Amino acid sequence: MGQVKSNDSNWAENQARNTRQLAVWTGAWVATIAIAAFGPKLLWDYNPVLSVVAVLASLGVGFGMVRVNGHYLQGLDELQRRIFLEAAALTLGVGMVCGLAYELLDDIKLITFNPEISHLVVLMSLTFMGGMIAGQRKYQ
Amino acid sequence: MKNRLKVLRAEHDWTQARLATELEVSRQTVNAIEKGKFDPSLPLAFKISRLFGQPIEQIFQDESES
Repeated sequence: MGQVKSNDSNWAENQARNTRQLAVWTGAWVATIAIAAFGPKLLWDYNPVLSVVAVLASLGVGFGMVRVNGHYLQGLDELQRRIFLEAAALTLGVGMVCGLAYELLDDIKLITFNPEISHLVVLMSLTFMGGMIAGQRKYQ
Repeated sequence: MKNRLKVLRAEHDWTQARLATELEVSRQTVNAIEKGKFDPSLPLAFKISRLFGQPIEQIFQDESES
């Protein structure tokens, strides 16, 4: 009850398989992002057709990763899901508040460089990792 | 919420890992429930009840009632 895959014989094995699938899809998505980012300059000399294909591939694999992440979340037990969701909520809040403040710094000319989306991604990644670690410690 | 999960587990001479396997949850979840840091959902509480063959109210007690 309450388990998406409760009819499967080995819950731990299912979870390990979901984790592996998520790792594979995440790795594939990072690879497609890297190809779309560096391919135009290094591989196909800014050919627009190939660039569009690379971006579409990145989007396709990215949405696949989101779907697999949903399966992963559903496969967690209720405590793990709570820890995950608390970390995700923290990440969303920090990302939105800090992201908007960061953009504002540029708009009101308090910083001399352009805000990069990658800075926000790094902040959100670190926040999520911190949230997960804090959650694991909280329920130890 | 207080519970007798640790006592019941000891009576069956089970490890937390074994109980976690029976309940299809992680060992961390069993540990958190035993320590009272996490209250299980009603479906999981029923599963525990069925596993040990005892009514829920004999396993879980509301601390405000005691």
